[in-house]
Amino acid sequence: MVEKTPILDLLTYIFLALGVCVVGFPIFYTLIAATLPLEMVARVPMPLVLGDQLWVNIQAAWYKGNLGTLLFNSFVMATGITIGKILVSMLGAFSIVYFDYRLRAVAFASVFCTLMLPVEVRILPTYEMAANILGPIQYLVDLLRIEGVVNWFLQNDIQIRLELSLLDSYPGLILPLVASATCTFLFRQFYLTVPEELCEAAKMDGATPMLFLRKILLPLSKTNIAALVVIEFVYGWNQYLWPLLITTRREMTTAVIGLQHLIPDVDDVPEWNVALAGALIVMLPPVLVVLFMQRWFVKGLVEREK
Amino acid sequence: MIKRAHFKSGLLPYLLILPQILVTLTFFYWPAIQGVLQSMMLSDPFGQRNQWVWFDNFKELFADPLYLKSVGITLGFSVATAVTALLFGLFIASQANRALKAKAAIRTLLIWPYAVAPAISGILWLFLLHPNYGVVAFFLKRTLGIDWNPILDGFDALVMIVMASAWKQISYNFVFFLAGFQAIPHSLIEAAAMDGAGPMRRFWTIILPLLSPTLFFLMVMNLIYAFFDTFGVIHTITQGGPGGMTTTMVYKVYKDGFVGLNLGSSAAQSVILMALIITITILQFKYVERKVQYAG
Repeated sequence: MVEKTPILDLLTYIFLALGVCVVGFPIFYTLIAATLPLEMVARVPMPLVLGDQLWVNIQAAWYKGNLGTLLFNSFVMATGITIGKILVSMLGAFSIVYFDYRLRAVAFASVFCTLMLPVEVRILPTYEMAANILGPIQYLVDLLRIEGVVNWFLQNDIQIRLELSLLDSYPGLILPLVASATCTFLFRQFYLTVPEELCEAAKMDGATPMLFLRKILLPLSKTNIAALVVIEFVYGWNQYLWPLLITTRREMTTAVIGLQHLIPDVDDVPEWNVALAGALIVMLPPVLVVLFMQRWFVKGLVEREK
Repeated sequence: MIKRAHFKSGLLPYLLILPQILVTLTFFYWPAIQGVLQSMMLSDPFGQRNQWVWFDNFKELFADPLYLKSVGITLGFSVATAVTALLFGLFIASQANRALKAKAAIRTLLIWPYAVAPAISGILWLFLLHPNYGVVAFFLKRTLGIDWNPILDGFDALVMIVMASAWKQISYNFVFFLAGFQAIPHSLIEAAAMDGAGPMRRFWTIILPLLSPTLFFLMVMNLIYAFFDTFGVIHTITQGGPGGMTTTMVYKVYKDGFVGLNLGSSAAQSVILMALIITITILQFKYVERKVQYAG
């Protein structure tokens, strides 16, 4: 029996309250600042009372930061990454775990080599790749001197230039971030824990592989998928470096990047109330997703990283 | 590993793995190879002519005081961020684990900063620490008499990005530490208590050793977070300044490659980062395997 220590228990709750306050303070302060008019937010120290300007500030941020368009972009990007990653990795892991074929080991190794390398370490070449997605094919054309063959064949002088740019496009925002093995690894780990009998029974009943995937594996993976939806949505929404590079037009960037234009410079009018109202709107969707799906999220997070 | 009961069919498995392979080849292997090649080339800013220079880019980098400075800054920044976030997360989780009531409510109150983008965390902290308008800055200056100005002073700016980066990571660490605490069998704690060990002694001699795999894993994850995910914090609030004091290695890759258009040098820096992270991954996998053997 562990001893009872009323004083220590009291201390525990005091420390916890303090911890919650420290963690919550930035957001609490932001909430207040976002409701104040300019002349009050510029006062030092800022008064800690709620103002009535929240809606005005949100409107100002919405208009000044073009948040309507940018939030839509963020939403498309985050959803695209979530769905893309889950689909690609579910099928990939199914192939690796449930089939026996000659190149299985090669496929497995080549995918899992990418497990820990984030896009941040290969930005420049990935950017060049996205700027012309047909680059490798062009390289092959040049290497095999196909131009010369075609020209000789047609007795004509043709230049072959293959170009398809993903800059300023949704596929450009989404696809490079789908290239990651973390989800595949999770699905693989999960499939390995599924009892062998299920597959044996399904095979005995004459189920095709795709039917087995749809009717048995998919329903079993529901909680995993729910957890991944939360993790990948937050990951996609909060991306910074990649959208910064791949977009050149202001109306194609994401909301998190667009916020930068709202921050007042030292010499500007200190419209911090507007900047922070904008920050609140942009952080709201992922925070809501995490809070509402907390149970699956915690489970998925802890299991994913094991 | 493969299932004992598995399917045998010709083309289907290839089709199933094809999307993954395609995406990985185009956005991972091809760029990685290009990056390694480019790191040994000298190209003009317009990418028209390339000259093969072998390891000159690397030699230049390691002779460049600015690069060495950014390596130092990255190390200091990452360790400071990881240690701050880990200690805070560990402390709150240990307290939350002791709490008899309201565990779920406490978790809800602490978990949401995980969802805040690093760049937004940067904005919030810039407002708190702003030399003219920040309330924390006001407190530092007026009450503690510190000459605080993260906009002009490099060290203050570094402290600011550490705070903004660590704050967001606390909830991540909290979730893992709390799960780790709850996985420790209660009987062990009770046995120690019966042998007369007080709460502190139990923490140091039983809980902490049992928690060490979690601690190690989180150390790695926090370092990787500080290395890469904090780009948003830096780009939003300090842009690598003042005086280059917040230019981390990742920020320098971006600045040299996309602003300065020094492609060879930027690629060489990317290759160094890749090598670094591969080393960390291998170390981690080795450790994890040892852990599994120990548990079995």
